[in-house]
Amino acid sequence: MALAQTKTDALTARTAALTAGGSGWLGAARRDAVARLAAMGLPTKRDEYWRYTDPASLTSATPTPAALFDAGDEAPAFDGIDALKLVFVDGVFDPAQSDDPTLAGVEITSLSQADGVDIHWARDIYGVLETRGQTPVQRPLATLNTAYASEGFLIRATAKAARPISLIYHHTSVTSDALIHHCIKLEKDAELTILENGPAAARVTKVMEVEVADGARFHHIRAQGRDHERRAVTHVFARVGAGALFKSFTLTANGCLTRNEQIIELVGDDGVAHVAGAAVGDGTFHHDDTVFMTHEGQRCESRQVFKKVLMNGAVGVFQGKILVKQGAQKTDGYQISQSLLLDGDSQFLAKPELEIYADDVKCSHGSTSGAIDDTALFYLQSRGVPKRMAQSLLVLAFLAEAIGEIEDEAIAEDIRSRLEGWLQRHEH
Amino acid sequence: MDVVETEVREGVDRETIETVQAMSGKYKHGWETDIEMDYAPKGVSEDIVRLISSKNEEPQWMLDWRLAAYRRWVKMEEPRWAMLNYPAIDYQDQYYYAKPKSMAVKPKSLDEVDPKLLATYAKLGIPLKEQALLAGVEAPEGGERKVAVDAVFDSVSLGTTFKKELAKAGVIFCSISEAVREHPELVQKYLGTVVPQSDNFFATLNSAVFSDGSFVYIPPGTRCPMELSTYFRINAENTGQFERTLIICDRGGYVSYLEGCTAPKRDTHQLHAAVVEIVILEDAEVKYSTVQNWYPGDENGVGGIYNFVTKRADCREDRAKVMWTQVETGSAITWKYPSCILRGDDSQGEFYSIAIANNAQQADTGTKMIHLGKRTKSRIVSKGISAGRAQNTYRGLVSMHPKATDSRNYTQCDSLLIGDKCGAHTVPYIEVKNNSSRVEHEATTSKVDEDQLFYCRSRGMDEEEAVALVVNGFCKDVLQALPMEFAMEAQALVAISLEGSVG
Repeated sequence: MALAQTKTDALTARTAALTAGGSGWLGAARRDAVARLAAMGLPTKRDEYWRYTDPASLTSATPTPAALFDAGDEAPAFDGIDALKLVFVDGVFDPAQSDDPTLAGVEITSLSQADGVDIHWARDIYGVLETRGQTPVQRPLATLNTAYASEGFLIRATAKAARPISLIYHHTSVTSDALIHHCIKLEKDAELTILENGPAAARVTKVMEVEVADGARFHHIRAQGRDHERRAVTHVFARVGAGALFKSFTLTANGCLTRNEQIIELVGDDGVAHVAGAAVGDGTFHHDDTVFMTHEGQRCESRQVFKKVLMNGAVGVFQGKILVKQGAQKTDGYQISQSLLLDGDSQFLAKPELEIYADDVKCSHGSTSGAIDDTALFYLQSRGVPKRMAQSLLVLAFLAEAIGEIEDEAIAEDIRSRLEGWLQRHEH
Repeated sequence: MDVVETEVREGVDRETIETVQAMSGKYKHGWETDIEMDYAPKGVSEDIVRLISSKNEEPQWMLDWRLAAYRRWVKMEEPRWAMLNYPAIDYQDQYYYAKPKSMAVKPKSLDEVDPKLLATYAKLGIPLKEQALLAGVEAPEGGERKVAVDAVFDSVSLGTTFKKELAKAGVIFCSISEAVREHPELVQKYLGTVVPQSDNFFATLNSAVFSDGSFVYIPPGTRCPMELSTYFRINAENTGQFERTLIICDRGGYVSYLEGCTAPKRDTHQLHAAVVEIVILEDAEVKYSTVQNWYPGDENGVGGIYNFVTKRADCREDRAKVMWTQVETGSAITWKYPSCILRGDDSQGEFYSIAIANNAQQADTGTKMIHLGKRTKSRIVSKGISAGRAQNTYRGLVSMHPKATDSRNYTQCDSLLIGDKCGAHTVPYIEVKNNSSRVEHEATTSKVDEDQLFYCRSRGMDEEEAVALVVNGFCKDVLQALPMEFAMEAQALVAISLEGSVG
């Protein structure tokens, strides 16, 4: 079937100002992505995979301007955590604000540094995991990123990292349009925590490819910044080896459009992958979690825990899938997506899917949507808790399961305090 | 009459014995009736649409409606979004109209129908004689249990039983072709108002070429004095069946409607694209039950019916209620989503489904609950069972519109896998656009519980019997929702459909 003209036209306009440069392995990977992208075109609202989120502002030729946001006196996320800081300003790495990128047990190279050589460890990851993640559903925005991103880091952990790496994304220009691509490789039995924080730009298209080798442990915690007008589409592609652990948690507070895609393959036996998210939105807030969890190895465990609190016309979307391939016996897969609608204008749109080709498995999913439980509220009030505080308590209790997925207590506490702050600022 | 009844009773006993001994009976309705048929030429075109219309002696408006649908259909594309894998269908390689020769002159009553045709239904256990009882059901105390039947054979309705008794109550129960001629005002008012001509590829095709089907009208305040039932039989080779059913339940009415289907074993695939429309007005209630037992094809996927069905109920006014119950055991391909439009305030929709896919069968089935009115309620219980190399998908939509305040939905989808080569999938869409409504969705996938199997085996059952028992337990919620006549048949069917799936 001929590709719809609109998709091709959108692609031409979107990439007019971009170049897929580079030589050596990276240039080859980019050129491959350009060719793949030409066959796909850019997504439209008519695509099944975008039925609940209109990608127009992500595919437009130029980004919609986004006003800068002052967080006031709230400290930046993860400020109190001892981490190696790497700072991006409007999607461009800023060495002046960053720490020296040396860390025991970890090798850190920027994407531009790795260009020009013929052989690099990232050659087996950059664009490779992204390509694997294109079936059965196409994700052209990730391919766009592979083709044209010039900023990002290649991070390889060979042992347990001394401290987390904190990626900080500042937004200083109202028209910035960022493309950031990271590759992360954890060698056998290595351990690494990546923190991400900040809105990045008026529009950001991000890809993170993560290879977790056998027995390795990867933790990913991000806070997507409080800029109201930013638009973001992010992709995490992960391959999880035997006995390895992959954990990812995302906090989204505000932002008029966020689409977070996570495509995870459990390729070895006994692997564990948990993805979780807490999203709170008020007004023009559209938040979309799209997860594709594939079980290939035996006895693997996967969790998807997504909670959304919505008010004043905010929209929450969840598209999650557990795919259990033939032979992936003894799989334990669980998925929960819930929304709390604080008023009558908000919406929750969900498509939680199971696709299972093995019989000895335990898979379940649940999805609920509703208002704050009046009886619980009444109970708290009858015990003397003021209504507003009671509501906040109930909202935090609702979000607790997702925050519980964060292993590091200090980080979890940081996230919790941010949610409390948000609830205080957004009375209902 | 007695003969029919004993034969039917024996049939049930035989089924039970077959189940228990796990004999290799498999599909038991696979025989065909050797009878002379009148066919329209193969393929579909405006001429064929005109021919079908003239065979049914339809008025001009009906023909115009069909032609409008046909003109739309030629511009449409066949949907391929379902998780179904089948070779392209050649729509020109089918007969769209097949009628037994003996029906050339329409018989005035069932007594005049060719005995061969009547024997077909007797063999299937369908009572076409008035006052006969359905399979093994005891008459309730203090009265007899009656079921009125409309028997559809390929493209035509053979006749309808209990017409007089129903007419006394004001109930109209006849074939749709008869309704077009005799009750045009009702047909014109309601046909296509629930499933419009443009609804989807298969419904549009049906709108153009539907040959027969049933028509039911329940007048205001009337509780239909007996169960109504339509029995569809595809007999002729290479013939598609396109029936259209229209049920109108006027204010305060009640009807329970049963639908059954079978077809002979053949090596070629046959197309079945039906449309069922139900209109339910204030305070009325319709219960629609289906036991779909089309020929499923053999172990290798040769032959079998392609079943593409559009069924929808419109709870058009306040406090209307609809209940869909389906047992899907047959067909090579099932594409079917009985839906409820809950338009009236306080209206209710329920959907209970068992879908069993064995061998090479593929089923993509589920429901849509569209909540438009205030305080509307819906409940979905879906049990999918996959065995052999079969693929079974639940696909459903629950939509709460902004105005459907204080509404409620509960959805439960459970899948059971028997064997490591089959698949079970769940694709629910949940759209909530107000906060006073509660929506809950739960789904699980598991295999037959080893402990339960072990227990059954320890009590002396063989493996196949034990699986059948456990599966029947798994389906209990749905089986209980069926009218008694069907529940017994369905229970036996569950066991038979799974034969050969163990070991």
